[in-house]
Amino acid sequence: MTVMAVARRTLAKDLRLEWRAKDAVNSMLFFALLVVVIFSFSFDPTAEESRRIAGGLVWVAFLFAAVVALNQTWARELRNQVLDAYRVSPAPAVSLFLAKAVGNFILVSVLEALMTPLFIVFYNLRSVGPVYQLLVIAVLGTWALVVNGTFFAAISIRTRSREIMLPLILFPISIPALLAMVDATTSVLTGEASPRFWMQLLAVYDLVFTTVCLALFDTVINAE
Amino acid sequence: MKRTFTFTFFVLVTLGLLAYALYQGLVVAPTEATMGDVQRIFYYHLPHAWVAFLLFFTNFLASIWYLVRRTGRADALALASAEVGVVFCTVVLVTGPLWARPVWGIWWTWDARLTSTLVLWLIYVSYLVLRRFATGAQTQVLAAALAIFGFVDVPIVYLSIRYFRTQHPQPVIAGGEGSGLDPRMWSAVLWNLAGFLSFALLLIWLRYRLALAENAVEEAHADRALGPEAETRAAKPEARGAAPEVGNKPR
Repeated sequence: MTVMAVARRTLAKDLRLEWRAKDAVNSMLFFALLVVVIFSFSFDPTAEESRRIAGGLVWVAFLFAAVVALNQTWARELRNQVLDAYRVSPAPAVSLFLAKAVGNFILVSVLEALMTPLFIVFYNLRSVGPVYQLLVIAVLGTWALVVNGTFFAAISIRTRSREIMLPLILFPISIPALLAMVDATTSVLTGEASPRFWMQLLAVYDLVFTTVCLALFDTVINAE
Repeated sequence: MKRTFTFTFFVLVTLGLLAYALYQGLVVAPTEATMGDVQRIFYYHLPHAWVAFLLFFTNFLASIWYLVRRTGRADALALASAEVGVVFCTVVLVTGPLWARPVWGIWWTWDARLTSTLVLWLIYVSYLVLRRFATGAQTQVLAAALAIFGFVDVPIVYLSIRYFRTQHPQPVIAGGEGSGLDPRMWSAVLWNLAGFLSFALLLIWLRYRLALAENAVEEAHADRALGPEAETRAAKPEARGAAPEVGNKPR
């Protein structure tokens, strides 16, 4: 089977499991909801203010919620030594990574699609700039979080304090991506600046780290 | 015996360089026209920053070397350079605000250079945290992978943060028109750079030897735990022995 065929099967399996159990989606959704409500209490902004801070709030909420899903990426494969079985099989490791990353991308996108209306309602948001740009930023930004997140989850699952480790190694590396997402979103919402630079930066970030992840995944998954 | 001699010699040279650099920085270098004596912190701030960046680069190279060759030496060097680099970077982050407060009137500002140095510091601290929490022989591979991610991130961090306004002075050295240092200041900078570089190398050497010793102790413990029959197959450190070794060959 080719790299893509294996990736497709693994992705289909993961999505089917998720569809039946809804473990990751439910915990992620509830967590994001809590973050939205707590932020809303703590800041209580006017419409004008909320446009300025919404970019930050939205992405911080998505980031925290994404960590919940990312942490569960590999946990399922550890039970019954599925991961070890995968490693001794001739299937390429890269397909496994791609399947997991795309799976997480879908999960986080679903979360974003469901949470955005809530943000609009709670923060009384209305975009001044063109909305399609927000969509592009969401796709680029989500991939930026998810691609490194999936990789680092594979690292953190092998450490002593599994769940805590992921944000500790993911957040520092993701700072430029987060900065780009927040600033791009804010510039579209307020309509005061062009998000061009930040979108280009996100695209470069995505490209660079997707390459590094694909190059190093085989090494990391086979680390003994 | 020879090693003790080299070590003593190294220590003496470092002490001599640091003492002379201190004299250069505090006595020989002229007082700066507008900032006054506070500016002398520059002779510590800048060399530490350069040494820290150099060490992070060393960490990156050693990590690649480890992934290619899988030698414990490469990993020990990566660990030593990251630890010492974080110490030097901490000194930069402490001396910076000490200097900024009297000169700019603020301790900290989210300016390009300050922020990227802080992010750099965060990345390498997270590297050290990972090393602390990972278990067994896989630590080295995981750490090397993270080191590569961290280093690749540095230019992106710098690019993204430069987009903010910049308060930090443009490079004084080779920065363009109107920049430049008094020759006596130059010599203070270079002597301090030499002194602290030598100090950093000394620390790295010690830390590197310590890391190698730690590895040797760990291996000895593992061999002992496996019992006498293990010594005949000493090449296999796998304690459980159930799973076949896959993909662990050096490439």
